[in-house]
Amino acid sequence: MSSHETGLLGKIFSTDHKVIGKQYFFTGLLFAFIGGMFAVVFRIKLAWPGSMDMSGTVYNGLVTNHAMIMFFWAAMPVLLAALGNFVIPLMIGCDDMAFPKLNMMSFWIFLVSTLVLVLSLISGLWGGGGPTATGWTIYPPLSASYGGDYSTVGAVLGNLISGPSLLILAVALEFASMLMGGINFMVTSLNMRAKGMKFMDIPIVVWFVNLAALDFMFSVGPLIAGAVMLLFDRVFGTGFYDPARGGDPVLFQHLFWFFGHPEVYVVLLPALGIVAEIIPTFTRKPLFAYRLVLISAVASAFIALIVWAHHQFIAGIDPRMATFFSITTIIISIPFALIMFAYIASYFGGQIEMKTPMLWATGFVSMFLVGGVTGIYLGSSAFDIYAHDSYFVVAHFHYTLIPVVFFGGISGIYYWFPKFSGKFMSEGLGKLHFWLTIIGLNVFAFPLFFTGMWGQHRRIVDYQVYDFMVEQDWILQFRVVATIGAIILAASQLLLFINIFKSAVSGEPAGKNPWKSNTLEWVADSPPPHGNFETYPTCYRGPYEYSHPDRSGSDYWPQNEQ
Amino acid sequence: MSAENVTIEQVPKGRLAIWLLVAGELIIFGGFIACYLLARFEYGGAFPAAMMDGDQPIILWYWGAINTTILLASSWSIVKAHEAAMNNELSKIKMFSLVTIALAAVFLFIKFYFEWSHDFHLGASLRSFDWLPTEYGAIAADGGLQSVKTLFWSYYFIMTGFHGLHVVIGALAIFIVMLSASKGKNLHRVELAGMYWHMVDLIWIFLFPMFYLAQ
Repeated sequence: MSSHETGLLGKIFSTDHKVIGKQYFFTGLLFAFIGGMFAVVFRIKLAWPGSMDMSGTVYNGLVTNHAMIMFFWAAMPVLLAALGNFVIPLMIGCDDMAFPKLNMMSFWIFLVSTLVLVLSLISGLWGGGGPTATGWTIYPPLSASYGGDYSTVGAVLGNLISGPSLLILAVALEFASMLMGGINFMVTSLNMRAKGMKFMDIPIVVWFVNLAALDFMFSVGPLIAGAVMLLFDRVFGTGFYDPARGGDPVLFQHLFWFFGHPEVYVVLLPALGIVAEIIPTFTRKPLFAYRLVLISAVASAFIALIVWAHHQFIAGIDPRMATFFSITTIIISIPFALIMFAYIASYFGGQIEMKTPMLWATGFVSMFLVGGVTGIYLGSSAFDIYAHDSYFVVAHFHYTLIPVVFFGGISGIYYWFPKFSGKFMSEGLGKLHFWLTIIGLNVFAFPLFFTGMWGQHRRIVDYQVYDFMVEQDWILQFRVVATIGAIILAASQLLLFINIFKSAVSGEPAGKNPWKSNTLEWVADSPPPHGNFETYPTCYRGPYEYSHPDRSGSDYWPQNEQ
Repeated sequence: MSAENVTIEQVPKGRLAIWLLVAGELIIFGGFIACYLLARFEYGGAFPAAMMDGDQPIILWYWGAINTTILLASSWSIVKAHEAAMNNELSKIKMFSLVTIALAAVFLFIKFYFEWSHDFHLGASLRSFDWLPTEYGAIAADGGLQSVKTLFWSYYFIMTGFHGLHVVIGALAIFIVMLSASKGKNLHRVELAGMYWHMVDLIWIFLFPMFYLAQ
């Protein structure tokens, strides 16, 4: 099967799911680095306002593209595309995705989207206005007009090659790529499972990646329609979002958040899935309440579609609608609370081994709780109207997304690295990386709760012009502390790069099943060849049967053993 | 893929993927339709007024009715192509696929040549800044009609245009599938292209009453 893929071109244009996973993964890491550097630059400006001469437009451009890149070009490719590509075919015991060529095409469309993103960043070179500076939500009317001239072909083309138009195009391409990838994941998981693998034998991470892909597909459609309308407003001067031309800017907010809120669960669910694989392996006991975890996730995926307007409590929506969305938002914390309690209960009475992946998974469970709990505050419209657009919100979503993307994603890297390279990662470096990251996160994000409650607003380049900010000396000091935390957080990620490359070259050989884990990917060789398995495994049992009373002689019972 | 080694639910993977694709496309169009209906409810009677040139309707119902008939006929012909594929009648696959593509071409010709050029002739455009209404009517007294007209024609052109794009995509898909199926290869793909084509048809069934009948 792999014979035709020889030579350099065959390796680059590969249809092998593992190669495509690696391509997504390293592209995602590259953009995480770029997005992180943007954040470091504007955090330095915030902490030491006199240190650099930065205009509001440049600042807003950095903030906007930090969020866009981190979400769509780091979190999505790593946690959805790379993870799904790596683990789905291996964990369900088949040789590749259902549509390997479509899979390859998804990646190349994704790569084109990154090029269009770069074009949008450098669009200042041809007078296209430079990086988008509207905030990552690209709200009209600010985003909906550019030159205001739609009369000639040249003017229309000029509108099309301006920064925000290119960014919208880049996001659209990225969506197309992820939609194709998601369809591939779902068909693969439904149709190509190993013989004997029933629905309730599927590992949680495969379920969760599929639920994320499904949620993405259900929520992104209206935003694709909305983005086409926004692009036409910008490029051709239609009137969808411009009140002077009959439109309504709040309409875009609805379309954006109908996608934007489920989107956070699209990245959360894969991370929760990774942790669900790691905890049973390193406590040597079954995942607590597999069915409950699964049902909760399905419920949350549906409720996720009816919470979006909690982002718009101050946009002038009807107060009765605000009540509805407050209630649904607080309800959605119930399934996630159930999942978190199930994870905590999984630790109870286990033989906990704090290897690096487990350390990161534990960090995820503890840190995500902070973000989750503050989310319940913000779901209540009474509190949100006060806290809206303040640094309290910034602290909240960094306490959710950093645990999800960093802790969840990185625990997956440390867990599956031995499978995909055949080598162990360095435990010492991994632990150092963990402690620096968790210190960095808390030093960075915790002070922001306080400055936000005091009234420090988002998306302001220089607070020194506000008297009530200058009077409070501690706010500037907290800002400095937060910046130091952000620098620790960003710098410590270098340890991950060092660890990956050092271990890939000189790590200890890991063997087929280094963690003594049950799921089917550990049956294949490390690294798995193209085609994955010598003989297709047959599945006899659920994925988490650790310390099973009927099993004598070992505390784990692989899914393929009778 | 050695299929005997894995469990296969009773749905072939190609059909499953097209169902998911169709679901995704319907959600995109659902977004457009929901936005249009919201705007229409918001403006009430001003939308029908925005569709008029004086007391003459700009959007002519009979073109829509003819196009609906054409699309429904093309759904019939693609089903015949599918039937031919199941019976392994290769020349019939080619014939009925070409009939479908020809009907799609007629649809697009009517849509763009007769209808859009008529709309443009009367001053409607994607951005109706150059709109010169012959008569403002009751709402014009408060100056609102101009902006409602812009909004209505924005929706009309973007939704029918986006649907037209899908007609082109669907016809291209049928053509590509026909090339191999008429040589006896990948016969199951005729059904998949047909499923997509029915979706294009279905969306038109929603657009037709919204733009042509509810005036």
